[in-house]
Amino acid sequence: MNRFLRTTVGFLTSLRLTVALLILSILLVFAATLDQVHLGVWGVQAKYFHSFVVMTKVPGTAVQLPVFPGGYLLGLLLLANLIAAHTCRFRFTWRKSGIWLTHLGLIVLLAGEGLSGLLQHDNQMRIDVGQTRRYTESVRETELAVVDVTDPSYDQVVAVPVSLLQARGAIQHPKLPFTLKPVAYLANSSLVPLAQAPNPPAAATLGFGTLEAALPAPLTYKEDEGNWPSAYVELAGPEGAIGTFLVSTMLVEPQEFSYGNRTWRISLRAARDYLPFAITLLKFTHQLYPGSDIPKDFASTIRLKSDDGADDRQVRIFMNNPLRYGGRAFYQAGYANNDHTAVLQVVSNPGWRLPYLACGLMALGLAVQFGIHLAGFLRRRVSVPAGARPVSAPVAALP
Amino acid sequence: MKRFLPAAILLFAVIWVALSLLPAPERGAFDLAAFGRLPVLADGRMKPLDTIARNALLMLQGRQRLETKEGRTVAPVQWLLDVFYRPAEADAYPVFRIDNPDVLSLFNLTPADGQGRVRFSFIQLQAGVGELDRQARLAAETESALRSPFQRGVIDLQQHLAYYERLGYSCQPPDRPDFAADLADAARFRACRPGFEAMNTFGLLRLIPPAAGGEWSTPGRILAAAAAPADVDTRVFLFAAIGHAWSDGQSESFNALVRNYRLELAAGFPGLVRRCGLEAYFNRADPFATSESLYLLAFLLAAISWLRWPETLGPAAYRLAGLACALATAGIAARMWLEGRPPVTNLYSSALFIGWGSAVLCLVLERLNRNGVAVSAGAFLGFATLVIAHHLSLGGDTMEMMRAVLDSNFWLSTHVVTVTVGYASTFLAGFLAIVYILRGVLTKSLDKATADSLGRMVYGIVCFATFFSFIGTVLGGIWADQSWGRFWGWDPKENGALIIVLWNSTILHCRWGGLIRQRGLMVLAVIGNIATAWSWFGVNMLGIGLHSYGFTQAAFYGLVVFAASQLLLIGLAGLPLARWRSFRPAAA
Repeated sequence: MNRFLRTTVGFLTSLRLTVALLILSILLVFAATLDQVHLGVWGVQAKYFHSFVVMTKVPGTAVQLPVFPGGYLLGLLLLANLIAAHTCRFRFTWRKSGIWLTHLGLIVLLAGEGLSGLLQHDNQMRIDVGQTRRYTESVRETELAVVDVTDPSYDQVVAVPVSLLQARGAIQHPKLPFTLKPVAYLANSSLVPLAQAPNPPAAATLGFGTLEAALPAPLTYKEDEGNWPSAYVELAGPEGAIGTFLVSTMLVEPQEFSYGNRTWRISLRAARDYLPFAITLLKFTHQLYPGSDIPKDFASTIRLKSDDGADDRQVRIFMNNPLRYGGRAFYQAGYANNDHTAVLQVVSNPGWRLPYLACGLMALGLAVQFGIHLAGFLRRRVSVPAGARPVSAPVAALP
Repeated sequence: MKRFLPAAILLFAVIWVALSLLPAPERGAFDLAAFGRLPVLADGRMKPLDTIARNALLMLQGRQRLETKEGRTVAPVQWLLDVFYRPAEADAYPVFRIDNPDVLSLFNLTPADGQGRVRFSFIQLQAGVGELDRQARLAAETESALRSPFQRGVIDLQQHLAYYERLGYSCQPPDRPDFAADLADAARFRACRPGFEAMNTFGLLRLIPPAAGGEWSTPGRILAAAAAPADVDTRVFLFAAIGHAWSDGQSESFNALVRNYRLELAAGFPGLVRRCGLEAYFNRADPFATSESLYLLAFLLAAISWLRWPETLGPAAYRLAGLACALATAGIAARMWLEGRPPVTNLYSSALFIGWGSAVLCLVLERLNRNGVAVSAGAFLGFATLVIAHHLSLGGDTMEMMRAVLDSNFWLSTHVVTVTVGYASTFLAGFLAIVYILRGVLTKSLDKATADSLGRMVYGIVCFATFFSFIGTVLGGIWADQSWGRFWGWDPKENGALIIVLWNSTILHCRWGGLIRQRGLMVLAVIGNIATAWSWFGVNMLGIGLHSYGFTQAAFYGLVVFAASQLLLIGLAGLPLARWRSFRPAAA
């Protein structure tokens, strides 16, 4: 047992492991970069970096095989290696203070990156000039929204994440007088008139689905294309089935129906994150360099008003100048509709400060360490007179 | 004699540099240089017409020098004047470079029809333009990264032809040979209306300065808006008059018109006229070309110095490289002043800066070691990066405006410069390692002192490179966090930089852990060359991601050849030490 422990500790603290992990990381990053042509940046992140092992499909089959350690695994091993080496092998000396600082920074950096992978949310806000928005929308995630709009003064929203639609089990919610049963979920789809779709994935009995059908389409990872999910959802009350709706992100307006003396709206839409404040777009400007189509500047002037009334002010968001507010950062990301619509990127990441801290530590550590090396090098140079160097001799002590 | 030779070589080089920097005497009666200095607004930037002419020729035919079929040399500005005012002559110049034989066959042409087998005139291509457009439309449906060489050739040529034709609408419609007279007469002015509309649609060059605080404008826009000659800005007439003088061969009138116009501009826009004058001078002096030759010479002298006459050729190489570096420094400084930007703004300037950075580092190392090793690596890198820069300049204006997200001098001067220093030093370590391998395997000149000195240099530079590539990458992350909302996004360029950081730290850990010694250090440093070349160019070739601002197809083959050569060197280093000529036991 003791020997096993010693071997394990020896393995975990060894520089050989460090080198092996570094090389594996390089290979992982390289492969992921190449694969980005096919998978897109988000697909690559999920497959290579935010995973413990990289799985690959055996060509021609659906079998997934583990082929390479993933980003989480390598990161954790590096972390373990680093911490083990520092607790068991390294002794602190001032000559090595730079290395300690650098490695401490690296620990913070790896932890921060892991935290970002788990906690960071990227949303968007598309907002027209003059419009007020109180929510942001996810770029890649969708949700099924069932809204009770009977009371004109407020909406009661029940949002169902896609994972539940894919699971196909009946969904029951205390705020809903009926259950939702997903019949079919298409991660990417196209809508065609019912007459042109001989075999629709399911039959809708209510609303839009009585006219058109959703057909599955291959998933796309291209930067300039998106996926358009659709779903067939069956609604059932205690007395039996109400009907089946076809919902799709391609439909702009939600479908309305009445049940139990209340008015409901059902839609499949980008997953929303409701904000404790409101944003109104006052003005959007988009400048080109004169005589060219090279963009010079984009800027959104917004009014920010918090629900508690503590904040009510005007903010200008432009390139390289985000607004950080309420745990989120708003970036000028794009525009549409002839400069009538601004697209803001909204990121929430509780760990966003960690990389700054980590990098400060590492930069300082490297500067100290290499500074010590340089000083030593220059001192030695001074102490060895030029004439003392041997002129020509075969090198004996080479590897 | 030996004592004075380095100084003499330096003196000759200085004279050569000075001659290259002197303004060229005007050979003909027309003051072409003065016309070339006139400012114009194009692609969002004020620049001299000389730059327009040179960049257009570079883009169309891959070089600035233009030779007619009869072997007569045409200066870039002269060519531009002909494009503006004598379209029939301009159409006969072979300025379209076509390398792809399949593209040529669209025009029923063979290489033998072209000047130098690759350059063709507009007249030769005219008949096939319709078919070219059809092919270009077909090719446009394929995603740019997936296009075949033929499709790329078709699209490039179509864009070149369109650009050339649009240049012809800058000052007057190509079908009105006596435009000055057209503008003078009210009836003829009305008859030109369709020509004005065409100029307004196609004209690219905003030649006419604003009357009061407005924007620079194309002659076409002013003419299209004018009801009668009286509404037209006098400068539009001026450009027509210059054209008249040019086509009629009236050099005195041409020179007077240009001179007076420049004086008038200098009163209203003194800074602009000065800047455009300097840029035209900079174009002609071309300090980077001279620097390139000097670096090559320095490298050759340094390489020979390892084998023969080290105490003479070594210092000579050091001085030449120093001169080349000073010249490149001046060139980079001039670009910075012209642009009002930090040194690195695009792929082209990153090549200049990588060469400059490694040359400076090497000159410092050479001062410390004085064995002709560092200077050879520095001179070689200086030379190679300038060659690469030259090829990158074929894409168009190298001082293009910065897209909105890049429009930040703070981040350009911190992140971009630091990460470029990281690239430069990683390359430098790799090239010093190559010197070690080549000298050790192929020559007997790698004695223990030199080998140890190289070992120290490579190790030191790897430390330096780790530091700068790490800081540069991190600053990039912070910039990304400020402008896109994430510190790290696994974008290809970010990954490339990360690979360099990881590789440099791998080398350091191998060395600290005693896994490698001198030779191993050299081999790993050479692999660093591949990693850096990949990050610098390879990721741009993927054509994806936020940083894919410098997609270059031709560079792909260069990259493959480079990587193969590095692998070959690694193989060479893998030879048993007994086979290394330097380390072979001395035959008694």
